[in-house]
Amino acid sequence: MHLVCPAGNLPALQAAIDAGADAVYAGFRDQTNARAFPGLNFSDDELRRGISYAHARGRKVYLALNTYPDSARLSIWERAVDKAADFGCDAIIAAEMSVLDYATRTYPRLARHLSVQGSATTAPALRYMYEHFGIERAVLPRVLSVQQVERLCEQSPVPLEVFAFGSLCIMVEGRCQLSSYVTGASPNRHGVCSPASFVRWDEHADGSRSVRLNQVLIDRFKPSEPAGYPTVCKGRFAVGGETFHALEEPTSLNTLELLPRLAAAGVAALKIEGRQRGVAYVTSVTRTWREALDRYQAAPSGWSSDPAWQKELSKHAEGHQTTLGPYHRNWH
Amino acid sequence: MMKLSLGPLQYFWTREQTLSFYRDAARWPVDVIYLGETVCSKRRELGTRDWIALAEELAESGKQIVLSSLALIEAESELGALQRLMGDGRFLIEANDLSAVQLCKARGIPFVAGPTVNVYNHRALAILMDDGMSRWVPGIEQGEALLHDLRTALLADGRDMPELEVIAYGRLPLAYSARCFTARAFDVAKDQCGFRCIEHPDGLPLATREGQPLLRINGVQIQSEQVMDLGPELPALRELGVDMLRLYPQAERTSEVVAHYDLARHSPQPPPRLAARNGYWHGEPGLHRETTTPA
Repeated sequence: MHLVCPAGNLPALQAAIDAGADAVYAGFRDQTNARAFPGLNFSDDELRRGISYAHARGRKVYLALNTYPDSARLSIWERAVDKAADFGCDAIIAAEMSVLDYATRTYPRLARHLSVQGSATTAPALRYMYEHFGIERAVLPRVLSVQQVERLCEQSPVPLEVFAFGSLCIMVEGRCQLSSYVTGASPNRHGVCSPASFVRWDEHADGSRSVRLNQVLIDRFKPSEPAGYPTVCKGRFAVGGETFHALEEPTSLNTLELLPRLAAAGVAALKIEGRQRGVAYVTSVTRTWREALDRYQAAPSGWSSDPAWQKELSKHAEGHQTTLGPYHRNWH
Repeated sequence: MMKLSLGPLQYFWTREQTLSFYRDAARWPVDVIYLGETVCSKRRELGTRDWIALAEELAESGKQIVLSSLALIEAESELGALQRLMGDGRFLIEANDLSAVQLCKARGIPFVAGPTVNVYNHRALAILMDDGMSRWVPGIEQGEALLHDLRTALLADGRDMPELEVIAYGRLPLAYSARCFTARAFDVAKDQCGFRCIEHPDGLPLATREGQPLLRINGVQIQSEQVMDLGPELPALRELGVDMLRLYPQAERTSEVVAHYDLARHSPQPPPRLAARNGYWHGEPGLHRETTTPA
């Protein structure tokens, strides 16, 4: 299994490669990718340098072009595909049909991976993308149980990549309009979820804080309470007279203990989420997974999850909590 | 004349309530009725066979009956149900994800692309038309300007628009998950959910901690709390060449909504507002706020 790690900028890319990533994924500094955050991502020159750095060490760079252009902005995505081919990216990761179609017709030898934002959860859906656009790999949305992933590995026309660690989207990716509904800025159209420009923190006289997204109250925190980033899905709301994390707690996905099952199922690659995170995160999470994978590959039958790995990963988890999420059947 | 459609029932109602609703609907002035479970395959007050039987019964009313597929398919059993829904091809299928698109394409049968199939531009639309899409229901983010641009670009490419159906009335479907939020609200596992969503025939309200109603929990689906109403925008919808207006069933007063829209489509004047202004149509956040209301 290959380890695919996030690179929000050039130092993170180099850190991921140094820590043992087989491939990194990166995006341009615009709305063509799903982490269009201020201060993040790559200029043309930085991407060229990142690709050189990776290729010199025998590793790969995938370019995320995984947002959905509207008709008037199609050419921006097409130019990004042109640059991916020109700079020598090893693959593009795309979700949208016209982007995939353009890449297929214009650069048939540039590998195409289906992004998680493509929202393909079944063998027929994967077959659709394979028949039309010759995708070489697909990233699965974080909605399937491990049993379902195993079955899909048997039936998929293409190798599969699954999320191994990082922030957990609770909704099926590519089809969540919660940020869009409240702010008008959407992951699909603008490459952002709950953008910082809409976030307002208020500190109150008693030391408590409240956080709003485009004026909508997402949560309140007591003076000592840890506060996470205010996405709609991770707020506390009132339902049936009770106030709680009605959709999802701030927590991170961690599938480390499933590693042998995912390997046995034939999963081609494990993806680490977090292009918005810094060098320290990328280094630590990549190194930990590299070690876990290497130890598995050396002796699959004797492998067990090392508590030190879990401890290290928990440090980087949202709210310092991790979950198996939908991989685990009894999750609710 | 614009057509009216009754969108698929998004909630979980008892068998009696569902059958009674559709027997009434057979007499309403709608041209198209979408049937089937689009949210959760565990809901079996009506199974796939029952939906098909209901489709056959309602087809006698002369309305076009369309069978709608699940928006999020995870299990092989759900793919099997989809195959049965497609049956012998007697009814048009609303494909609500790429699995259904692929199965229709493979069989060479026409389909409606539902609002949870991602289409944001004219090229993607043309690909789906080549695959057999005969009608398109744009996703909820698509407003007047985006649809205008898309239509212009498609025509410039020498293609005609497919039949265009726009969500005109109802709570917007905003998101789907592997998690059942109704089960979570009652602190029960999804596999032992007890079908608690049947107790909430218009969904379970979710409000902010300062009491602002925000969303509706409907099993694995999240909806807008606001019921959206594009009635007052009818002149712009006509201008854009919209062929059909989709009205989503609610537990109460759906027949009145249908009557209101039937009157509106026959009138040159736009109707008064029945429910919330849909910000998406105007290129704004979907959520209506006082500050975005025109004076």
